[in-house]
Amino acid sequence: MYRYDQFDHTIVRERVNQFRDQVARRLSGALTEDEFRPLRLMNGLYLQLHAYMLRVAIPYGTLWSKQMRMLAHIARRYDRGYGHFTTRQNIQFNWPKLEDVPDLLADLASVEMHAIQTSGNSIRNVTADHFAGVADDELEDSRIYAEIIRQWSTLHPEFSFLPRKFKIAVSGAPTDRAAVRFHDIGLQMRQNIRGEVGFEVLVGGGQGRTPVIAETIRDFLPKRDLLSYLEAILRVYNMLGRRDNIYKARIKILLKETGLDRFAALVEEEWERIRGGALDLPLDEINRIRAYFAPPRYELVVDPDAAYQAARRSDREFDRWCVNNVLPNKQPGYGIVNISLKPVGKAPGDATADQMDIIADLAEAFSFDELRVTHKQNIVLGHVRLADLHTVWQQLDAAGLATANFGLASDIIACPGLDYCNLANARSIPVAQRISERFADPERLARIGAIRINISGCINACGHHHVGDIGILGVDRRGEEYYQITLGGDPADNATIGEIIGPSFSYDEIVDAIETIISTYETIRKPEETFSDTWRRTGATPFKETLYGPAHN
Amino acid sequence: MALLITDQLIEDYWHLLEDGAEITKSDNNIVSVERWQRDRDELIPRCGQLGILLKSNEPPDLIEDDIYHFNVICLDFPKFTDGRAYSYARLLREKYRFTGELRAVGNVLRDQLAFMRRCGINAFEIPDDANVENWSAAFNEISIRYQGANDNANVVRPDAATVAGDVAGNWSY
Ligand code: SF4
Repeated sequence: MYRYDQFDHTIVRERVNQFRDQVARRLSGALTEDEFRPLRLMNGLYLQLHAYMLRVAIPYGTLWSKQMRMLAHIARRYDRGYGHFTTRQNIQFNWPKLEDVPDLLADLASVEMHAIQTSGNSIRNVTADHFAGVADDELEDSRIYAEIIRQWSTLHPEFSFLPRKFKIAVSGAPTDRAAVRFHDIGLQMRQNIRGEVGFEVLVGGGQGRTPVIAETIRDFLPKRDLLSYLEAILRVYNMLGRRDNIYKARIKILLKETGLDRFAALVEEEWERIRGGALDLPLDEINRIRAYFAPPRYELVVDPDAAYQAARRSDREFDRWCVNNVLPNKQPGYGIVNISLKPVGKAPGDATADQMDIIADLAEAFSFDELRVTHKQNIVLGHVRLADLHTVWQQLDAAGLATANFGLASDIIACPGLDYCNLANARSIPVAQRISERFADPERLARIGAIRINISGCINACGHHHVGDIGILGVDRRGEEYYQITLGGDPADNATIGEIIGPSFSYDEIVDAIETIISTYETIRKPEETFSDTWRRTGATPFKETLYGPAHN
Repeated sequence: MALLITDQLIEDYWHLLEDGAEITKSDNNIVSVERWQRDRDELIPRCGQLGILLKSNEPPDLIEDDIYHFNVICLDFPKFTDGRAYSYARLLREKYRFTGELRAVGNVLRDQLAFMRRCGINAFEIPDDANVENWSAAFNEISIRYQGANDNANVVRPDAATVAGDVAGNWSY
């Protein structure tokens, strides 16, 4: 895992002091709220419905136990005892007081964390595959490059006042778990015909009110050109992106206006000028960062653990959790544990301070001190010996963290919605809670199988509704909360934007509507089909019929 | 408006020639791109020095062949959130090799100064009542750079030794 050197420590400490001074100037009235706004936004501090909200960066979602314990401390000391893990692999605190924020940031800095560029029109916290380094299908650990990009983009003097926010995701595996097609820039690692590893560069993807699937701007980019190519894209975007309308300011709209070919030509021209120069990324530098992500010292496990096997046979709950929430690590004898932050009836992605402490303890004792936050708002322990799984499960279970629903119908992505967010049309969290209650029966969950239900409280799509098998979008109908359903979205290799299925449903009707869709799917699917397979085969008709009656066709 | 260069207030001996105003022989005039394109032949042979103002929608390639005529190029920030001129500054320094005074005008705020300077801007029009010491301190709040920009153009991760003070005033003025 990446560890700060003196250099990183200095920049983060100085940034805290700088912000302390900015807050002091705001509190004294030397800065107006208008003048303070861009400054606090550069540090992840939003003004929400009831209070300030602080978003803390968890670069590419990876953290160590000490950092997780600090998040628990912050939840206790500056918040109301909990935090909310987000779809961007970060954590948000909903109740800090402005005057406390500098101290909070100083606490974060003491464990190599910060809130830099978690908001504002800058290059946001870079995201990566949450199974990087442990999945057996990857070319390289995507976090190496995410860290290199993090450093290059942090406090970038030229790109801190872009037309709009800018998100970059990196995937190192052929199976895309980082949704690279839905980011402003997606980097998909590829091997060229000479066997060299580089990146396919995708550009202009995004969700929000105008969902767009990214297009490939370059089939193969050598690693050493990574930063110069990114800089060329950002420079062209910074100069040409629209500044007259925030809804048209993302790079996806610029691409629509210029066309991919012209945009690519401008980027290539600028890149030709700067490549091989200041931003050339030498192998030494890549290797220096790579060393931080070296695999842990695994034990050689020869025989499957007998006690573990026996526990699975004798303890049904444990077995179910192993089936659903544990994936094979590429190292034999180890598993990837998915800790669900979606217990039935709770707010997706929320964790209490005590839960964070317990997860940190488990990571320290059983997973080489390392944790990951996923964009599905769960937590991953990447390297747990199978022999330790039963102990880990028992401790998770005691803390209410052993819900065996990873990837299933109640593993719902939901944004904060109307309970917190001042842009919301409708509540998201209670809808997620009610759906998880409806699908609480583990046998039923298992029968339905893998399915993605994503909920956003408004068109900004923070809950990624466009890419859910079932997407739920909060809309406002004459002052009432309504929910529009989209079906067939896919965030990954078969990137697809969900299709609106028909008229929206009221808050009271929405859970029944979801039940209808899922029952329809159960009825019409063929063996082995996933929801998107069925959807692609049948199209909307059977779902429309059951939802709205045959008259609607 | 006062003019901040390095960490001092300098008397501004330039003046902005309004598009309709009469061209004088000896003043140091800053003109708009439009005026430059219209009255080029009249502006060049004067004995006063010449500067140009790029609005935020006027990229430097508009004047790419003429850059050597100008001692000052002003970059307008109509709102501090409009960051186009940061890229213009870098292009002017690094692509067009402009070595004269690059001046930020418009909505120039204290907390943007350091970014501007890192992009190659070396003069700043700031409010008359600004406290110079306080504004100058803004340059040094962050001493470390993660990325090469105009101030340290040769490294991916510049050496920690490159602190802000070392690169102040790189350009002869
Ligand atoms: S999707 Fe809308 S309601 Fe939900 S968090 Fe984003 S802005 Fe707020």
